[in-house]
Amino acid sequence: MSKYALKPDELKKEFEQKKPRILKGDLAGKEWWDLPVEFRDGNWCFPGKPEVLEEIGLPNPRKWAATDEDWKLPAGWENTIRDGMKSRLKRFRSFKLFMDTCVRCGACADKCHFFLGTGDPKNMPVLRAELIRSVYRNDFTLLSKLLKSFSGSRTLTPEVIKEWHMYFNQCTECRRCSVFCPMGIDTAEITMMARELLNLIGVNNNWILAPVANCNRTGNHLGIEPHTFEQNIMSLVDDIEELTGVTVNPTFNRKGAEILFITPSGDVFGDPGVYTMMGYLLLFHHIGLDYTISTYASEGGNFGMFTSNEMMKKLNAKMYHEAKRLGVKWILGGECGHMWRVVHQYMETMNGPADFLEEPVSPITGTKFTNAKSTRMVHIAEFTADLIKHGKLRLDPKRNDHLRTTFHDSCNIARGMGMFDEPRYVLNKVCNVFHEMPENTIREQTFCCGSGSGLNAEEFMDMRMRGGFPRANAVSYVREKHKVDSLVTICAIDRASLPTLMRYWNPGVNVYGLHELVGNALVMEGEKKRTEDLREDPMAGFGEGADDE
Amino acid sequence: MKKVLMPLVMVALLALVPYLGVAFGKLDYLFGVVIPYAAVAILLLGILFRMVDWLRRPVPFRIPTTCGQEKSLDWVRQDKLESPSTPWQAALRVLSEVLLFRSLFRNTKAELHGGPKLAYGSDKWLWLGGLAFHWSLLVVVLRHSRFFFEEPPMPLQVLENMDRFLDVTVPALYLSGLVALAAATFLVLRRFRDEKVRIISLPADFFPLFLIIGIVIAGISMRYFDKVNVMPVKALTLGLAGFSLDAPSPIGSLFYVHLFLVCVLFVYFPFSKLMHMGGIFLSPTRNLPNNSREKRHVNPWNPDIKFRTYAEYEDEFREKMKKAGLPVEKQ
Repeated sequence: MSKYALKPDELKKEFEQKKPRILKGDLAGKEWWDLPVEFRDGNWCFPGKPEVLEEIGLPNPRKWAATDEDWKLPAGWENTIRDGMKSRLKRFRSFKLFMDTCVRCGACADKCHFFLGTGDPKNMPVLRAELIRSVYRNDFTLLSKLLKSFSGSRTLTPEVIKEWHMYFNQCTECRRCSVFCPMGIDTAEITMMARELLNLIGVNNNWILAPVANCNRTGNHLGIEPHTFEQNIMSLVDDIEELTGVTVNPTFNRKGAEILFITPSGDVFGDPGVYTMMGYLLLFHHIGLDYTISTYASEGGNFGMFTSNEMMKKLNAKMYHEAKRLGVKWILGGECGHMWRVVHQYMETMNGPADFLEEPVSPITGTKFTNAKSTRMVHIAEFTADLIKHGKLRLDPKRNDHLRTTFHDSCNIARGMGMFDEPRYVLNKVCNVFHEMPENTIREQTFCCGSGSGLNAEEFMDMRMRGGFPRANAVSYVREKHKVDSLVTICAIDRASLPTLMRYWNPGVNVYGLHELVGNALVMEGEKKRTEDLREDPMAGFGEGADDE
Repeated sequence: MKKVLMPLVMVALLALVPYLGVAFGKLDYLFGVVIPYAAVAILLLGILFRMVDWLRRPVPFRIPTTCGQEKSLDWVRQDKLESPSTPWQAALRVLSEVLLFRSLFRNTKAELHGGPKLAYGSDKWLWLGGLAFHWSLLVVVLRHSRFFFEEPPMPLQVLENMDRFLDVTVPALYLSGLVALAAATFLVLRRFRDEKVRIISLPADFFPLFLIIGIVIAGISMRYFDKVNVMPVKALTLGLAGFSLDAPSPIGSLFYVHLFLVCVLFVYFPFSKLMHMGGIFLSPTRNLPNNSREKRHVNPWNPDIKFRTYAEYEDEFREKMKKAGLPVEKQ
């Protein structure tokens, strides 16, 4: 277990002591602005390294830590923040409205996974937003300035900046609160603005900025150079051959391919993401897809989204740029959460129009993906669901009989895209045992893994295990009730973070990508007898002596 | 407690102003004509200003919060209300928020049980209280419009008759006033009762509730208890409706308390959270269709960003790419 988190028993004890309350500590007679902000092991991420900031041209590179008394803010930082707010209030109607229209009804209060896991009142979405609203009211609205204590306004001080840094990095931009808000206020939007503002004065997170810099230079978060990127996928090709006897043939940077396939680099390098990648490769081989993978646009994810909308645009621009250079007809995207928030809600606005591509049509089924006819990028779950619906895949769901599954909706896919039924359709076709978690924890009410939006850092472990508690708790419910042991997701951050969360709260539950299970179930032409799944775990009923079909 | 007492004292003092002004200062004209005209002007111009101020700001991205299945493959059933794909469907979504408080209807209450286990129970009280509060206030406001007509139009009379179908008092009891009072009281009490809501509450949250409770109590009092002669009131309101500047005939000072608090509410409205009434229509997470991949959304200030091009990338890695057998543009 990480030195940055309490032991599970200690955290359980904390919960036992305060039940049935979610709030922690006695708040009687206290006001939120008087509560201290305490940085300690496990609740803050290391700041961006000076060389990383210099590489991507962000201000105020220096060595510092959140636990320092003096954060070495740049001269005139108050004006930088004030001007930054002013400009964003002018450019984003959302930001202005969300500053103005909250009635503090409290419907959002117990909807945030970080609140449920920490009991810290400032993790109630309404208070998270009030952290910035209180400054907004002081600096931008006349009446409130006159009636300071009446309207809850306060002056911008270094302590306020520390508080912003703490709490806008205890929000994973998951949008769950916005589902419940009667005014439709979206804390993700407010957090994005706050992080942009903090980046203007060099208050940042290395776990976000290092991937940004890497992605800019090498094309992917991990900073993998082209030859290594290719080698890694080719080693997966070898693994597939060993397991199935089938040789798949991915191509790289190939001009004239019909489809460009882009997935998060976590699928190429991380365990268990690589098994999902093997699933994609098997699927594409199975249907004879004319596709290519780019080493330049080798990242589906976009940590620019957690930095500023300009940085998001800069990193995202590579997708269309590469699609145009290679002359493909359209783009197919792998399983990822925030990647799809960007692709679905931002990409074409920022970097379109995509008039050099064609309206996506499945070359196998002829289905026109009319919902993507302008952006011209299709989600792999949409693509695969269509293949299965048309009977184009030979599947043997029994090959996943060793897994008892449940499905975790990723925040961005759920609340920033609205894709719920396609992955469930695919999952039900490739495995025989599937149970939903309780209804308040799935679909549009799904809980974040606790590590999204660039907070998947080792040193943030205490917060991650607390933030992931509601998700883990829902998994333990189906585990007890239905003996579920496999958590299936369609998000690379989930695949990176949920295994740790499961080891902490639900040891014995493993995390899978949807297309890993597709890969297990696919009956490939010319394959040898399959007895093991893609991670070389034995399948149930396919071992020595079992009847061959 | 300060955050409750401060707005309570404010409302009490505000109620005292017209009482003293009319009873001792003979300022009927000020409170009956000058202030009402000014307050209505501030209300209308203020709301107009705030709405225009919001509408002037661009919506750079199409960011609906999707609470249901998107439109995708033909055989996948779309949730047209929670994941609208056309502006009309999005408009229905907004209306369901405005008229029925749809999102609030989803409300749950989380509790920590032993284990530890998190449990989520349905919690519709806020939805019910909020809905009762807003709808009853709407009925009250509509009902009051009879004061501005010689003969109230038909729909108004129907509404009035429905509102007093419980004919148990003299004069007949209007349900809306009672419901508004009960709902407003509930909304105040929940700000004390629930410790989460207590810590997020500001004086600015209690003030409009106290103000509305004050208005309703004054209104109910002068109808059922300390009865005010309605003829001079009607003469005054008809005069106001006709932009008359005539001085009002003598009316009980309780009426002026009622009227003045309404004027305070009017003046306060455009500069406060009460503007959520207009803001709810503009919320980009609710009023935009979820069709960003189908129809391009244009950002009027889309910045020019220099990104790292493929050519720059190849320049750095060309030799390594060639060695790995990856195709390159330049040899």
